[in-house]
Amino acid sequence: MAYLHEFRDRKSAQALLSTIRNESRPDRDYRLMEFCGGHTHAIWRYGLREALPDNIRFIHGPGCPVCVLPISRIDMARTIASFPGVLLASYGDTLRVPASGGRSLLHSKAGGADVRMVLSTLDCLRLARENPGKTVVFFAIGFETTTPPTAVAILEAKRQGIPNFRVFSNHVLTPAALRSLLLDTTPEKQVRIDGFIGPSHVSSIIGTLPYEPIVREFSKPLVIAGFEPLDVLLAVLMLIRQINDGRAELENEYTRVVTPSGNPEARALVDRVFTLRESFEWRGLGLIPNSALAIRPAFRDFDAEDLFSVSCPSVSDPRVCECPDILRGIKTPEECRVFGTVCTPENPVGSCMVSSEGACAAAYTYGVRRTPDLEVRP
Amino acid sequence: MCLAIPVKVIRLKEGSMATVDAGGVQTDISVALVSDVTVGEYVIVHVGFALSRLDPDEAEKTLKILAQGGIDGLPA
Amino acid sequence: MKTRLIELAHGSGGKATDDLVTEVFFRAFNNPALNRKNDQALLDLPPGRIVMACDSHVITPLFFPGGDIGTLSVTGTINDVAMAGAVPVALSAAFILEEGFPVDDLERIAASMAREAREAGVPIVTGDTKVVEKGSGDGVFISTTGIGVVPEGLVLSGDRCRPGDRLLVSGTIGDHGMALLAFREGMSFDPPLLSDCQSLHQLVGRMVEGVPSIRCLRDPTRGGVGAALNEWAAQSGVGIRIREESLPIRETVFSACELLGLDPLYMANEGKLLAVCPPEDAERLLEIMKSHPQGQNAAIIGEIVEDRGHFVEVETLMGGTRLLHWIHGDQLPRIC
Repeated sequence: MAYLHEFRDRKSAQALLSTIRNESRPDRDYRLMEFCGGHTHAIWRYGLREALPDNIRFIHGPGCPVCVLPISRIDMARTIASFPGVLLASYGDTLRVPASGGRSLLHSKAGGADVRMVLSTLDCLRLARENPGKTVVFFAIGFETTTPPTAVAILEAKRQGIPNFRVFSNHVLTPAALRSLLLDTTPEKQVRIDGFIGPSHVSSIIGTLPYEPIVREFSKPLVIAGFEPLDVLLAVLMLIRQINDGRAELENEYTRVVTPSGNPEARALVDRVFTLRESFEWRGLGLIPNSALAIRPAFRDFDAEDLFSVSCPSVSDPRVCECPDILRGIKTPEECRVFGTVCTPENPVGSCMVSSEGACAAAYTYGVRRTPDLEVRP
Repeated sequence: MCLAIPVKVIRLKEGSMATVDAGGVQTDISVALVSDVTVGEYVIVHVGFALSRLDPDEAEKTLKILAQGGIDGLPA
Repeated sequence: MKTRLIELAHGSGGKATDDLVTEVFFRAFNNPALNRKNDQALLDLPPGRIVMACDSHVITPLFFPGGDIGTLSVTGTINDVAMAGAVPVALSAAFILEEGFPVDDLERIAASMAREAREAGVPIVTGDTKVVEKGSGDGVFISTTGIGVVPEGLVLSGDRCRPGDRLLVSGTIGDHGMALLAFREGMSFDPPLLSDCQSLHQLVGRMVEGVPSIRCLRDPTRGGVGAALNEWAAQSGVGIRIREESLPIRETVFSACELLGLDPLYMANEGKLLAVCPPEDAERLLEIMKSHPQGQNAAIIGEIVEDRGHFVEVETLMGGTRLLHWIHGDQLPRIC
């Protein structure tokens, strides 16, 4: 595959790792947060943690849209799915997240609800056409990368006059989450982060410009990185250099895809369909203002919340669940009391263990480890 | 942030769709978000949609930097 | 035969059953043991210990690029027998048909089974046919049992792996799983991707003859290489380390996995095998495999190590290490 293998080249990796080892100062450590779940996955999947020197630590951020989905919103989706005549569709991992009582949408499916996995929002339009007697509700999640496909589906449904398609919108915004992480000044919640690895494909949509005010306001370097392991390593090198120089700048490693202005056509489509919610609850981060999107009144015929007036009370995570601290980078998965014992991908207690980009699922699935009673390899 | 990979556009179809090829695998995706894309260009695909183009010149520049272990020259 | 759809009468054991079985199965499978038309088959077995294996096939879709449920029901069971180092001798085939299933499709399936059995030299000598009501089946379920004979002195078993042993694979991984998934998702491949289903007993025969010190063999079907290796690690009480860069994989399968967010190490294979042997015999075994048409892309992919946790780990392309987790159920395609 073009533009993929070249960015996984072993020799280049070894050269980069060597440069990183030479340039990272042994008298300090470097705490780098990768915001994006795709980067979390790449870091674990390619064993980059071990390959890098010990004084470079990755703090996993909350950029996993399944992981930050609050329990109450999943409860609402389960309620909607339980109504007769509803066909609820979503992307894979969303179906497995445990909500109240540890029940997920897959449990709803086992209980007789029509719940289906789709790979694209256009599949939902096909389902709506094929099932005229049902209301197809798309449980929409995702950051700015995933929102434009939902917008296109709604616009297309309007154009085609599809009467039985609705979207339950839980789309969220990256810059708002980044600011929330940096703003929190409660001492026990404060995470020392020396620099950020910025998301690849959120940036392809929003461009590089929205990060500039954040970099200025908080004086932290941010390097937008591509998805492949070599991209991540090059971004790490760029951050090390900035930190060593005492700089706090916005840099772009992923120039082959990300431009300063991003994709204005995609953003315009999103603006047509969606509007900002005043505030939205994020699992682990609490209420963040102007951080999520709702469907505009002009498209209320495609808004699931307009048709089904369900609301579910805010629910806290189970007492043992430490996802909130993990999503903020305060704790690592291995530091969670129930990681790998009570909480596993087969029986997830919290959302970080469900999505394959969740820090805990990635750590459990790819992290070289030992069972509790044997020696644990760091 | 999400799983998105580079694919080559090999045919444009009506309804803002296109057939793309990724290492010998062909599938149809929506190009509604990159509507001026042409055959032969590379795009990044996520959940069945092209999100943006891939710039081959910039890719070359990055590969050159990677080839010498990032020692000199960094992407803009 | 007046009708071309399966009816409940076809499973009743009366004349309708006899007609169906004669027209479809006897005509296709046609061998001396079967043709006697008894409820059982009398066989002469060569000397050695007897191996028996059975498999049920519930696959959807029934017909896929490179084969069908019939092909799989023969190759799958022949392979299970062969993985013990045994020479397969005969198969039985039991069919559970759904009322309304087209007889034409059944004939196609029977023809596939006959062809596969003939080429493998393993006759289907006995069987059974039942019919369930419409809605109670998935078209057709097939259950096959195979018997074979292992020469004295040859012991292949998953609990025999020892630290230092080498791990080999006979060819490209993930072909079958991806061929089916892509067929269902409407992806097309250039060159076309077919299921790799094939009977491996002849390859196995050459391998055990040339390297009788082989510890164990397994065909990594459902759950792929990942599941098979984790099972061996647990059975033998060892760890396994594999190298990502030595895994043979077709570019199209690799690309499709990237597109769908799937790991080829968990995708099913129906015409490949994994082998473990002592380190001093690894090169010789590899040579034997590569010189056989079914092992052309064979490779040494890893080794057995001491590991009290019985973990399977992968040395990644980047030189790092990651766990090859013992997957619980099916992989879900990643989108994010």
